[in-house]
Amino acid sequence: MTYIGTATSRVDGHAKVTGTATYAAEAKTTGLVHGSVVTSSIAKGRIVRIDVSDALRVDRVIDVLTHANRPPMADADSGYKDEVAPDGSPFRPLYDDRILFSGQPIALVVAEDPETAQFAASLVRVEYAEEPHVTEMYRRWDDAPALKAVAKPGENPFSPPKPRGNAKAALAAAAVRHQGDYYVPVEYHNPMELYGSTVTYESDGTLTVFDKTQGVQNVQCYLCGVFALAPERVQVLSPFTGGAFGSGLRPQYQVVLAALAALALKRSVRVVLTRQQMYGLGYRPAMIQRIELGAKGDGTLEAMTHDAITMTSQYEHFYRQETGWSGLLYQCPNATYAHRVAPLDLPTPCDMRAPSAATGVYALECAMDELAVALGLDPLELRQRCYSDRDQNTNRPYSSKNLHECYRQGAEAFGWEKRSPEPRSMRDGSELVGWGMATGVWEALQVPIAVRIALTANGHAEVSCATSDIGTGTYTIMAQVAADMLGVPLDQVTIRLGDSTLPQSPVEGGSWIAASVANGIATTSDAIRDELLGLAKQMPNSPLSDIAPGEVVLVDGKLMSARDPARAVSIADTMRHGGIDRIELEKTTRFPKDETHSHNTHSAIFAEVKVDEELGVIRVTRVVSTVAAGRILNTKTASSQILGGVVWGIGMALHEETLLDHTFGRVMNANIAEYHVPVNADIHDIDVIFVDEPDDSINRLGIKGLGEIGIVGVAAAVANAVYHATGKRVRDLPITLDKLLA
Amino acid sequence: MINFRYTRATDVGDAVRQIAAEPKAKFIAGGTNILDLMKYEVEQPTQLIDISHLPLRIIEEVPSGGLRIGALVPNSDLAYHPLIEARYPILSSAILAGASQQLRNMASTGGNLMQRTRCFYFYDTVTPCNKREPGSGCSAIEGINRINAILGTSEACIATHPSDMCVALAALEATVHVIGPSGERAIPFADFHRLPGGTPEIDTNLAPDEIIMAVELPPQGFASHYSYLKIRDRLSYAFALVSAAAALELDGGRIAEARLALGGVAHKPWRRVEAEAALRGEVPDRAAFAKAADILLRGSCGFAHNGFKIGLAHRVIERTLMQAAHGTPQIQAIKKIR
Ligand SMILES: Cc1cc2nc3c(=O)[nH]c(=O)nc-3n(C[C@H](O)[C@H](O)[C@H](O)COP(=O)(O)OP(=O)(O)OC[C@H]3O[C@@H](n4cnc5c(N)ncnc54)[C@H](O)[C@@H]3O)c2cc1C
Ligand code: SF4
Repeated sequence: MTYIGTATSRVDGHAKVTGTATYAAEAKTTGLVHGSVVTSSIAKGRIVRIDVSDALRVDRVIDVLTHANRPPMADADSGYKDEVAPDGSPFRPLYDDRILFSGQPIALVVAEDPETAQFAASLVRVEYAEEPHVTEMYRRWDDAPALKAVAKPGENPFSPPKPRGNAKAALAAAAVRHQGDYYVPVEYHNPMELYGSTVTYESDGTLTVFDKTQGVQNVQCYLCGVFALAPERVQVLSPFTGGAFGSGLRPQYQVVLAALAALALKRSVRVVLTRQQMYGLGYRPAMIQRIELGAKGDGTLEAMTHDAITMTSQYEHFYRQETGWSGLLYQCPNATYAHRVAPLDLPTPCDMRAPSAATGVYALECAMDELAVALGLDPLELRQRCYSDRDQNTNRPYSSKNLHECYRQGAEAFGWEKRSPEPRSMRDGSELVGWGMATGVWEALQVPIAVRIALTANGHAEVSCATSDIGTGTYTIMAQVAADMLGVPLDQVTIRLGDSTLPQSPVEGGSWIAASVANGIATTSDAIRDELLGLAKQMPNSPLSDIAPGEVVLVDGKLMSARDPARAVSIADTMRHGGIDRIELEKTTRFPKDETHSHNTHSAIFAEVKVDEELGVIRVTRVVSTVAAGRILNTKTASSQILGGVVWGIGMALHEETLLDHTFGRVMNANIAEYHVPVNADIHDIDVIFVDEPDDSINRLGIKGLGEIGIVGVAAAVANAVYHATGKRVRDLPITLDKLLA
Repeated sequence: MINFRYTRATDVGDAVRQIAAEPKAKFIAGGTNILDLMKYEVEQPTQLIDISHLPLRIIEEVPSGGLRIGALVPNSDLAYHPLIEARYPILSSAILAGASQQLRNMASTGGNLMQRTRCFYFYDTVTPCNKREPGSGCSAIEGINRINAILGTSEACIATHPSDMCVALAALEATVHVIGPSGERAIPFADFHRLPGGTPEIDTNLAPDEIIMAVELPPQGFASHYSYLKIRDRLSYAFALVSAAAALELDGGRIAEARLALGGVAHKPWRRVEAEAALRGEVPDRAAFAKAADILLRGSCGFAHNGFKIGLAHRVIERTLMQAAHGTPQIQAIKKIR
């Protein structure tokens, strides 16, 4: 294969850096008007009155839409259920007078230009009947009130796994025990691109919607549900996305407002949220997790319990399986899990990069570090003693698992053997040096997907699928796979994605698109090959007359015997002979349910921190992230994914926190000056290593995907390094310097 | 954002005339603070008077031996000016500890003095805030106050002044030259910013119809023993939790002259001449520094989330004085603390 596995630069890179890539809020259309959103200032209650008279008096204002004058929208929850909606009653923008969270959209001011809309929005006066709200997630375990369990163990993919053995008795009998409570605050995705939608109202009343999303067909279906529109009346486009990280899995409210205004006014409408308003969307839920581990003196695990309390809104029941990662990862005969959820007067949380694993594994891997300390064992050695070749929750072997090699290569690259075990025992001048490590784990998922390929006689291929490229490099890996499968040069492949009229794709999430779409391209390529072979066999004196399809490959514009390159005919000749100049086929690829294996990616992360002893200032000076994720399609884009994940993990460990004022029920640091993420100065050396992990059983190409694995475990590795440096165990993220000085 | 009128001042006199004529007008220089505040509707000027092109961009030597810095000199130009780097490196260092390169390119000297607090509630018009809306109450006292003040607070307001540059200017005992309808006057730096008291809405002693023309530095620049140390929640591009500017003159192993100012802890750069007096004549060691810190922090009082600043400030003072005494000032491009 020529392209798969190489460091191919992004095929859309030039368009992006030269500004020709068009994002949702830049889409060109004529006669555009602009909407500015007014949001609620209270967290719970009702709107008594909205006075829009001043706003309407402003010159160039077209209309102000509120729940009182909006066009019809669906009245049943089913109208608002998107592909990934949790149980409950989805939020309905501008539906009625009820306020469910602070920052909720309550009016859309539409004007001829964005500045006028913004100005007029400031003139909308709202009177509320306020009700008491609760927005506080419990930072201490013992403060949590009685809460309902999320679901029965094993009831659904997100409920805790079924228990095994008798954890309580085994813990009581364990030689060494550790228990800790680990807190993660509310975190926001903060993608660079603001949420925005441009809706073109076509003359025939259909809507062309440019949206920032991770799933164009999800948005299309959703809009049809909300506004009772026939599917052919709505087309959703999202050719480029400036980051989303899970925030774009569900349709966001600006797309509803833009479509609603377009339908009401019969005009093309653009709505762009402000950065502040983006803190009224979904987020990674705050959570407290209690983990108890019991081990034999030799460091083998006997028992574990992993309990979590997470948060959701008052209207939807959102939760993910934080607890299950503990049960899966290490050999341990006894395990129980519990997961409760606190409903709060805030928007529904949503998936954010490695949902549940970034947080659940953070808690587990800090607890493992603490257990290693209690056992007097090297933290890496402890992991190796508990290594499991089977998914402990299902007791299935993995389709492949080369975590051993991650540990080995990571430790070697980092120089782990030079670590002195005692906390505070390594120094560099006025700084304490700490080395910490952690394991990461994520799922290798794959989902049904359809791919259409049009191959022309002149050697050009157009590959179409309604998936998205949220910045991960999907355009590029699709082009690489297609070029290899069809035997054409990379620059002769055109990728079309981010268009709801293209062949079916689920939302881009869960790290499942690379594996799914790549194998989807392979399937459709096979079909093209078969059709070509059928034609080739009819050619006079065909060198391929007696050959089976499986023995033919497409290489360098030719159909060729895989065994004997001399037996070949050119694709151009084949098509000419068949009297056609192109073959266009669409195939759906489904992945058989594999009940015999678990499919996961793994990583080992090693981190070095330097901490100013007196002032508590932390610098993460070195990180080695070693990843086992099946076949790597593109080492360049894959490294970028892992680098980004590591940076994010450093932020999770040291910086990120949404500050909620519970008196007002509002986010107070709703901007990226005060919501801290790492800046360049916070990032030093990051080394990404992919270990070989051949996997013949997961799918034809052996691909696992790696959008999420990069962040998992990083916060724990950093937190463990901070402990090793300072002797202080901070379990409450982020580890700000005041917590070290306390 | 609220609609406003935009005008350009033709010269300094015109700027003063325009602002005197419209009490709800505001100047705009670099715009890095005023525009954000307008977008959040915290500031609602009826008129923006653009002064950015006025000829106040020069740094010149004055007969007394000091330097005069025009109010529109960009923060970057000031930080990298050869005379500043050579004679007042503490000012360079403090500026480079602040914001980002892009912001410093836009930010002006006068604007930096006039920038407003970063208190979260001040920025959110939904919440009560005495500084934004006198008499409405202070949400920070019982709210999220991790970034708020520990010194010089009042029952009305516990905000801090966020500037780094101003901490160095306070230590250098700069003078602010201003002009208004009744003429020019010079304001000693220590009197420029105010404590909140009962009128937190008034940040400075600049009259509403006055404009800053220049900041003057006295001859003494403490170029050999100084340091500016800023502690924040990430290693760059964040406001100070606590910062300190320390400047010393050493003579025969003892401190002949000392200046010490803190940022991030009060409504203005925090200085006490008693703390500096206590350093004079002492051997520059930890005991002397700790004593000065005690005096400078006397009366400090934390709230629910910012009590840590008191201990932190103590350590920062000692460390900064140590860096100054050893002639090893903090280098802003290097994040390891010396
Ligand atoms: C994200 C971010 C991070 C930042 N981080 C830091 C930091 O770490 N440290 C730090 O010190 N600063 C920081 N800043 C603040 C920055 O230094 C100030 O915004 C800047 O100095 C203001 O200067 P300006 O010229 O842009 O002022 P403008 O925004 O133009 O004006 C600010 C105010 O000053 C008034 N004004 C301006 N010039 C004059 C004059 N000559 N006479 C009278 N009034 C005048 C204006 O009317 C206005 O009220 C940060 C800012 C941002 C946005
Ligand atoms: S501290 Fe000052 S600025 Fe902050 S809320 Fe109170 S009054 Fe307003």
